[in-house]
Amino acid sequence: MIGVELRKLFRRPRTWVTIAVLNALPVLVAVLVQLTDLAPRPGEGPPFLSAVLTNGALFPLAALAIVLPLFLPIAVAVVAGDAVAGEAQAGTLRYLLVRPSGRTRLLVAKLVALMAFVLVTVLVVAGVGYVVGTTLFDAQPVGGGTSVSGTSLSQQELAGRSLMAIGYVTVSMLGVAAFGLFFSTLTDSPLAAALGALAVLVTSSLLFTLDAASPIAPYLPTRYWLAFVDLFRDPVLWRDVVRGLALQGVYVGVLLAAAWANFTTKDVTS
Amino acid sequence: MSSVIRTRGLVKRYGRLRAVDGIDLHVRAGDVYGFLGANGSGKTTTVRMLLGLVLPTAGEVELLGGRMPRAGRRVLPRVGALVEGPAHHGHLSGRANLGLIDAAGPGGSRRTRRARIEEVLEQVGLGGIDRRPVRAYSLGMRQRLGLAAALLRRPELLVLDEPTNGLDPQGIHEIRDLLLELNRGGTTVFLSSHLLAEVEQLCTRVGVLDRGRLVLQDELARLTAPTGATVVDTPAADRVRAVLDGRVLGVDGSRVVVRGTDPAEVNAVLVGAGVPVTGLALQRPTLEEVVLAAAGTSADRVEAAR
Repeated sequence: MIGVELRKLFRRPRTWVTIAVLNALPVLVAVLVQLTDLAPRPGEGPPFLSAVLTNGALFPLAALAIVLPLFLPIAVAVVAGDAVAGEAQAGTLRYLLVRPSGRTRLLVAKLVALMAFVLVTVLVVAGVGYVVGTTLFDAQPVGGGTSVSGTSLSQQELAGRSLMAIGYVTVSMLGVAAFGLFFSTLTDSPLAAALGALAVLVTSSLLFTLDAASPIAPYLPTRYWLAFVDLFRDPVLWRDVVRGLALQGVYVGVLLAAAWANFTTKDVTS
Repeated sequence: MSSVIRTRGLVKRYGRLRAVDGIDLHVRAGDVYGFLGANGSGKTTTVRMLLGLVLPTAGEVELLGGRMPRAGRRVLPRVGALVEGPAHHGHLSGRANLGLIDAAGPGGSRRTRRARIEEVLEQVGLGGIDRRPVRAYSLGMRQRLGLAAALLRRPELLVLDEPTNGLDPQGIHEIRDLLLELNRGGTTVFLSSHLLAEVEQLCTRVGVLDRGRLVLQDELARLTAPTGATVVDTPAADRVRAVLDGRVLGVDGSRVVVRGTDPAEVNAVLVGAGVPVTGLALQRPTLEEVVLAAAGTSADRVEAAR
């Protein structure tokens, strides 16, 4: 069942178009920065971009930071919203259920496929970022990189922390995926489900900037998204990273439980 | 005979509307069961409840001896279904679609999958289909592919909702032959339709649904059994009344309905009296008449119940 869902997702041209489009923005930014030699000053613009001119190996992180606020969540929300509602709209959901796939199994398979999509997307963005970064900018093969705190990091440290950052971004996106999947079980319209998930994210981002909303700020789903930058401080600033993981874990758990409760008891009339 | 589908007091309520109102279906092994009803009479809701897609408000469904929806995992692999038209992934080929649906549940061995797919494609007349995506199929081809998906695991029970929808007359004929052949091989067929002619040609047993109630459920042969009258076609209708006085039940142009279960006897009497007879048959109600009569009385019963 999981294999079926993975095949369906990755044999679909749309999935790869989404991933390709997602990579266009970081590549465009890289080209512009390279041509003009005008990187933002440290502390401004997307994280890590300022450091890219001196070390191209940091560009994967800059690329993730560029797509993280908007593009990546949109892509994940669209795919997640499509998970159940897309099958319902196409009419294939009823045939899966009478096959029978089992509602719980189907939901689990959809979730695993979604996780695979998030992971593949993040890895492709990082991979393309690495290739673009090392070809367009000077890479520092031996000396490693510089942490955000200014101290130098060895090659291994940089690689290890980059992997952790990729993992952290993936987990952050699972929260979005959980919202999308939950809404996807509520409606038969994939568009409505994706927009629902995006509405949550826009609301969260907006409230985050509002002082009056500060009491609930720690619980907003987007609150700790950029905490992966903290992985590159010296020493690593774990506080926000851990809180971010815990928060996403709670969101994912609650939303999946809700999605399961709804999906296993609902009348499939599509 | 063992029952394949059995429902007891099946009810589905949407708010104040009773879409399905306490029906007791009984389909036996080997039947070709025609499930008739106007649009909106609750046919599709009933079919969905049989398959566990819609959960009943009250009552129970027994499918191949298992209580639905709980026994779904055990009994549904032995059921092939076509519900409200076929649905496939448009960007994949017909074979890829069949492969995916077969892999999506229990009871479809991976080893025999390719052979089974070729076999059912052959059965529904798509044996020579190429790799083009389903998006490019005609409506009739999609219908055939949907039927192929239903046949993929050689089910004991076929639940088909309007299976000839979108097919041309030759296609309808082909599918009818296929269903009859499968039925001879032991497959029970449950066919929901509003095409009376289709049901009349195919089914051995009929259930009629009207506004959520099962108003009729019987053998087709019994429903359309001779009424005990003979229909005489004659250019001299008025003379029949003179010859067979008291036995004439009705006259409609050149058709005269006469009491009597033996057309030969009626013929002998008429010809003996010099009345020309151009046609002669036992009177049988058509399925349409039976259904209209049954559905008509039910409407009154629903009113009275309120």
